[in-house]
Amino acid sequence: MKVSYFPGCTLKTKAKDLDLYARKSAEVLGITLEEIENWQCCGGVFTTAKDEVATKLSSVRVLKAAKDKDQALVTVCSACHNVVKQTNSAMQNDKEFADKVNRYMGEDGGYDGSTEVYHFLELIRDVVGFDKVKEKVVNPLNGEKIAAYYGCLLLRPGKVMQMDDPENPTIIEDLIRALGGEPVIYNQRNECCGGYVVMEDPALAESKSKKITSNARSFGAERMVTACPLCKYNLEKNGSDLPVVYFTELLAQALGVKEECK
Amino acid sequence: MQRIGVFVCWCGSNIAGTVDVQAVSEALKLEPGVVFSTNYQYMCSQAGQQIIKDAIKEHKLTGIVVCSCSPRMHEATFRKTAAAAGLNPYMVEIANIREQCSWVHKDVPTGTEKAIILGKAAVAKVNLNAPLTPGESPVTKRALVIGGGIAGIQTALDIADAGFPVDIVEKKPTIGGKMAQLDKTFPTLDCAACILTPKMVDVAQNEKIRIFSYSEVEEVKGFVGNFDVKIKKKARYVNEDVCTGCGACTEKCPQKKVPNEFNLGMDNRRAIYIPFAQAVPKVATIDPNYCTMLKTGKCGVCSKVCTAGAIDYKQQDQIIEEKYGAIVVATGFNPISMDKFEEYAYSQSKDVITSLEFERLTNAAGPTAGKLLRPSDLEHPHTIVFVQCVGSRCENCAEKGKEYCSKICCMYTAKHAMLVRDKYPDTEVYVFYIDVRTPGKNFDEFYRRAVEEYGVHYIKGMVGKVTPEGNKLKVQASDLIMNKQVHIDADLVVLAAAIEPDKSARPLATMLTASMDTNDFFTEAHPKLRPVESPTAGVFLSGACQGPKDIPETVSQAGAAASKVIGLLAKDKLTGNPCIASPNEQMCNGCSSCERVCPYGAITYVDKEFRMPDRTTLMRRVAQVNPAVCQGCGACTVACPSGAMDLRGFASAQIIAEVDAICK
Repeated sequence: MKVSYFPGCTLKTKAKDLDLYARKSAEVLGITLEEIENWQCCGGVFTTAKDEVATKLSSVRVLKAAKDKDQALVTVCSACHNVVKQTNSAMQNDKEFADKVNRYMGEDGGYDGSTEVYHFLELIRDVVGFDKVKEKVVNPLNGEKIAAYYGCLLLRPGKVMQMDDPENPTIIEDLIRALGGEPVIYNQRNECCGGYVVMEDPALAESKSKKITSNARSFGAERMVTACPLCKYNLEKNGSDLPVVYFTELLAQALGVKEECK
Repeated sequence: MQRIGVFVCWCGSNIAGTVDVQAVSEALKLEPGVVFSTNYQYMCSQAGQQIIKDAIKEHKLTGIVVCSCSPRMHEATFRKTAAAAGLNPYMVEIANIREQCSWVHKDVPTGTEKAIILGKAAVAKVNLNAPLTPGESPVTKRALVIGGGIAGIQTALDIADAGFPVDIVEKKPTIGGKMAQLDKTFPTLDCAACILTPKMVDVAQNEKIRIFSYSEVEEVKGFVGNFDVKIKKKARYVNEDVCTGCGACTEKCPQKKVPNEFNLGMDNRRAIYIPFAQAVPKVATIDPNYCTMLKTGKCGVCSKVCTAGAIDYKQQDQIIEEKYGAIVVATGFNPISMDKFEEYAYSQSKDVITSLEFERLTNAAGPTAGKLLRPSDLEHPHTIVFVQCVGSRCENCAEKGKEYCSKICCMYTAKHAMLVRDKYPDTEVYVFYIDVRTPGKNFDEFYRRAVEEYGVHYIKGMVGKVTPEGNKLKVQASDLIMNKQVHIDADLVVLAAAIEPDKSARPLATMLTASMDTNDFFTEAHPKLRPVESPTAGVFLSGACQGPKDIPETVSQAGAAASKVIGLLAKDKLTGNPCIASPNEQMCNGCSSCERVCPYGAITYVDKEFRMPDRTTLMRRVAQVNPAVCQGCGACTVACPSGAMDLRGFASAQIIAEVDAICK
């Protein structure tokens, strides 16, 4: 299966792992990620200001590029996914916004919000299937206790993201199980890590992150897994010494392709 | 040619303020057939009615037009006036120049012009009116009450008290409903069972009342005064007339692991069971989903221990057919499912419970024999958090909760909080709320007692998240008055779940052709003036099936519904509506279009002989309308392709005459 792929800026710089492991794992799972040409930043955050259009245009261009190829669009980074998916939903449901955007699009042509947007996790769950992933595992995680950390952006706003129950999600835990690990259910798993607040109030971000990692540790976690570069940064910088990896690394490890990525 | 009188009402300044009533009565005087026209300050007053009566006699009127308020308001009044003066009441037409004219226009010329047009239309119609005589239908003097909770019980007792026989249909094995599951009742704190169970016994002992327990209404046909109802009595595999309710079988049954629905699954019952000690009828029921004998044919323990020989594994569902004059809906409510409220961790921890589960936990007949113990480890909880409005007043969340206020939660939460503090003073109790709504006699005083005397911590704000950690529940909430986050380590969290109508209500409403609102609550005929009647004649509403209600309100509505039923059953005959469909057999081609659209099943087809012009005889299939069943909705007149079907009093010719008068 061929899908359009939008890595996003961070995946080309700080979060190369997230990207590399995703590509390798996708190959094993029979999915070809076709990187969109000349993509730009997703916009960073989906601003809720109603009159803000400019920062959302790059996301629309990405969505349109996928549509032109008649492919689904896949993202890996939580933040990019959040922006792209929310922008797509706005193009479908907010006529005023869509009209404005399409006037900006000019020569590129209009876009109607019809591209299907998947997070890589959803792609594995809904298109590949966790049971299929399980079959491909050559290097099972041998019951390693792994704490899934969702953060805020992956699941919320629930009505738009529609990935999983935002209050009691299971998607990463199910992946960990499929890879042979033992998911740790701890109560801070979808609390905020501090996010961009780390720039303005590092102490607050530190206390948020510490709470999460120590909570995960108290439930016996040996590793934490996330889909978000900013979460990983905050947890590593401010949290405890618990190792934090991307879910794609875990996947690549279990599928036996981790070494190839180095 | 008709001799028509026109009577224009001022309605004080309601009409006269924006309509020149003098100009209207003068203009209408010139219409064809009009021989008399006048106006008066209040046509509906006694003096006004006298003007009409006098004019009918003096001018030998054959039809009248009253230009006044909506016919919903005073059509009946003016029909009676006409009848009193010897005129057929169906020769009266109302031109609505108030709601549809004076109230919606601001300037006099426009209002007057429109009033004249409306009056002309009514005159044009009356010119084609013919006298109509309503038919009569008998009344079956027996009432059906659907639902055996406190609403159904009270309605049945009141109807029986007036001397009419009543049948209660209850889908569960016992009557009693939700009230039987409650511990204490607000604001007096008397025990629910102590006030309910004597009423249940009254029902059982009342000669006029029959209880069909473990039964459901299958089919309803007919109309007010003459309903034909099929009731399915589900097989309980126990002969009700023989079972003594001794309970020996329920102690010996080897299938012990059946979730006990009476205690909301917090403990287990046997496959053969009596829901609770005071059940009415007090007979055992076998649960076919769990009974080993019914599933595999091997066991039969209950049959062996039953000294009365009441067990009957071969019992079949039974259909009972009965006629009723009136039907009362008392199907009640249920708390909504907590599946979609994962933020409160209901599915993740046994110690997050609903308020109804809390009732069972504090009830002496409940799973903990009345001791308040945490379901997870049976320890006494020292910190309890109550969350109000879980799923109630939930804006833009139709897929999750309800937009309406469930009304009873503020009071029962105050009751729970108070009872905990009274019995276990070492327990800290927190209540999170959006607003505390406690109108009602002695209700606000009750809530204030919880705060002031019992020291319950009421915090304005909602709980955002409950997370189980170890044997604690971490509660994260906001305090809107202090403007800060609150973190509480609770032992027990109690959710005041929104209430919704019972799931059986929707299919029942379809059977009864009774209307419902978007929340599946039954709609009343008028929200203020006819609160216990459904818009469908002969169908009455009792209790929470019509909207969220507490016990006192339910009981008052139950009594009110009963009095309406008694009023109906006291009549020997009902006067029908003469404005019903009537087919022109010469034009009918027997196509069945009308039969298919009739929502009441009032149209049948017969083969009839017709004399042809050439003196031959032809057999033709033509439509026939049952005047007792037809409700005069007019669907058939629209469906008829040959124009053979007409509605008496609203014939196509009359409507077209009205339209012509308006467009002229």
